Amino acid sequence: MMSMALPQPPDPALPAASAVPLLRLREVCVAYPTASGAAVPVVRNVDLQLAPGEILGLAGESGCGKTQLLLSILGLNGPHALVSGSVNYRGQELVGLRTAELNAVRGARIAMVFQDPATALNPYLRIGAQLIEMLRAHARVSERQARERAFEMLEAVQIGDARRRLRQYPHELSGGMRQRVVIAMALMASPEMLLADEPTTALDVTVQAQILRLLRELCERRGIAVLLVTHDMGVIAELADRVAVMYAGRIVEQAPVETLFERALHPYSEALQACVPRLDGPAVQRLASIPGVPPDPAALPRGCAFAPRCAYHLPICQERVPPLLQTTAQHWKACHYEGPLGRLRDSAA
Amino acid sequence: MNTVPAPLLAVENLCVDYHVRVDGQRAWLHAVSDVSFQLAGGQSLGIVGESGSGKSSIARALLRLVPAAAGRVYFEGQDLLQLSGRELRRMRRDLQLIFQDPLASLDPRMSVGDTVGEPLRMFEPALSAAARSARTTAMLEAVGLSVQHLHRLPHEFSGGQAQRIAIARALITRPRLLVCDEPLSSLDVSIKSQIANLLMQLQRELGLSMVFISHDLAAVRFACSHVLVLYLGRVMELAARDPLFSAAGHPYTRALLRAALPRAPRPARARAHVGLSGEIPSALRPPSGCVFRTRCAYAVERCAREQPALRRVADSLVACHRAEELAAEPPLATLAG
Repeated sequence: MMSMALPQPPDPALPAASAVPLLRLREVCVAYPTASGAAVPVVRNVDLQLAPGEILGLAGESGCGKTQLLLSILGLNGPHALVSGSVNYRGQELVGLRTAELNAVRGARIAMVFQDPATALNPYLRIGAQLIEMLRAHARVSERQARERAFEMLEAVQIGDARRRLRQYPHELSGGMRQRVVIAMALMASPEMLLADEPTTALDVTVQAQILRLLRELCERRGIAVLLVTHDMGVIAELADRVAVMYAGRIVEQAPVETLFERALHPYSEALQACVPRLDGPAVQRLASIPGVPPDPAALPRGCAFAPRCAYHLPICQERVPPLLQTTAQHWKACHYEGPLGRLRDSAA
Repeated sequence: MNTVPAPLLAVENLCVDYHVRVDGQRAWLHAVSDVSFQLAGGQSLGIVGESGSGKSSIARALLRLVPAAAGRVYFEGQDLLQLSGRELRRMRRDLQLIFQDPLASLDPRMSVGDTVGEPLRMFEPALSAAARSARTTAMLEAVGLSVQHLHRLPHEFSGGQAQRIAIARALITRPRLLVCDEPLSSLDVSIKSQIANLLMQLQRELGLSMVFISHDLAAVRFACSHVLVLYLGRVMELAARDPLFSAAGHPYTRALLRAALPRAPRPARARAHVGLSGEIPSALRPPSGCVFRTRCAYAVERCAREQPALRRVADSLVACHRAEELAAEPPLATLAG
């Protein structure tokens, strides 16, 4: 695709993409020490895999640990975080790598797309300079080659008049345009994977639809895998191939996107869908809702963290943490309850 | 909105302008242009539109938090824009506001009891401390908090609880009109439906009228009896909820509905469909004629020349030259799935 010296995938001898995941997380835990000495766990024993070209949605509410999990992949949790477990990227273990070694992965193999394009861009630098810097940090290319690449990437994210845009500053662009620039920047060094943290949350609905379509097209055309963090099940429905639902630091359900929307097995996954008001169907007087608030990670309940809010909880739920178990080939859930769901759907009227 | 009794709120030709500097030049930004609507007691009007459409400017101008450049805002027959400062302050007990960011809207150094009770101190100074305290506690309980929260400070609360406090503070004087500016937007999914249910329940119980500003069409469909669709400060469409959501009359309303995210994954082909291209233009340089024409799939030459008036088409008021042709087209079949 490009003639210049861009970073190449590390090991061309690796088996076919489908056989080996691009990214494999094993028992990843993130905790933060507190003044009292006890560490507060924010991500608890997460196992995840991502295949090349796949879009995995990580869904959950604020504080569930989804962003901390995302950051742990590139060692970005900050100096005080206690990160354990394994983050294996194409056979390379990333947890415990030195900063210099991690920097060879960050941006080059795995790039980030942040939520707020206004703060992800440097207001003092022209768009072109920021894009060029991104590439030259990772590849030995001339300024001219890098500028040409920047132009190509702006066109790839469908920014018109790209030559002129390169000379503009972030404030001269609209919010949607800035998010396109952030995506173009992530693409500069030809990564195999994007970590996208609420990439459309700051945007208007009409622009959100455009950016989601753009992300899908880019992934399909370039074979880029995406780990997509969002609180919005609509974004998951629109973009993800597979979904992992997080609650209180754990994955509570994981399934292909159609399966999760048709046959969610965890009460919390059901709630995330049922609580949202609808644009179709009969008008209702009350929305389905779940009582209470998510638990404080420093004071997690014994047993299942969702049990105090759960419409289906059993005596055992207060005693034992339900393990994440495989129910069918691609479906995993962490819930003691085995009966049918549907109570939340029916509670709206 | 045709209401036979005198409306609680009647807004006529409201305009809000901001004085700005662009490249060192002074200029006027027309944030709200010629907006009119009426609201009867107990009705709730949703105002929808993208960022920069002027939604919040309308809310603020209604309460005189920003000056109106022109127009009238009749509240129970009295023009709020003409009131003196003293008269306006007296009126404020009937007009309350809830903001998007609940934690930012609370004084971090005031206890919950003082925050919620303060409007009573202001508007019912004759009330004894004991009576005020009783009313405060009752109000807290009505929003799902309890007496044990009275002495806590805002930072001890989650966003959802803070929004409950803001609602309690707004409703304790039993206002007639509640203006909510994105009251659910900063809340998490599981909390959002709790607060939406609470607002609706209190609205019904108290017979409140509401102006509900939101970019979330589904939330507006749940919360509002009527909907006003705004674009670059102008009314595109004004209708009762059901006609608006089942047979939107304006191309912009249709585009907004089409851009809304699905409730479940759609077949691959449908994903390629995006409601609207481009972004809302700058209010400093609005397009000539119909302000929406630069993004409208139905725009014709006339749209650049002539600004469409708001007129009745089917069950809506629509500002579009081609509204009759559009009304003849089949309704949207895009929300399924």
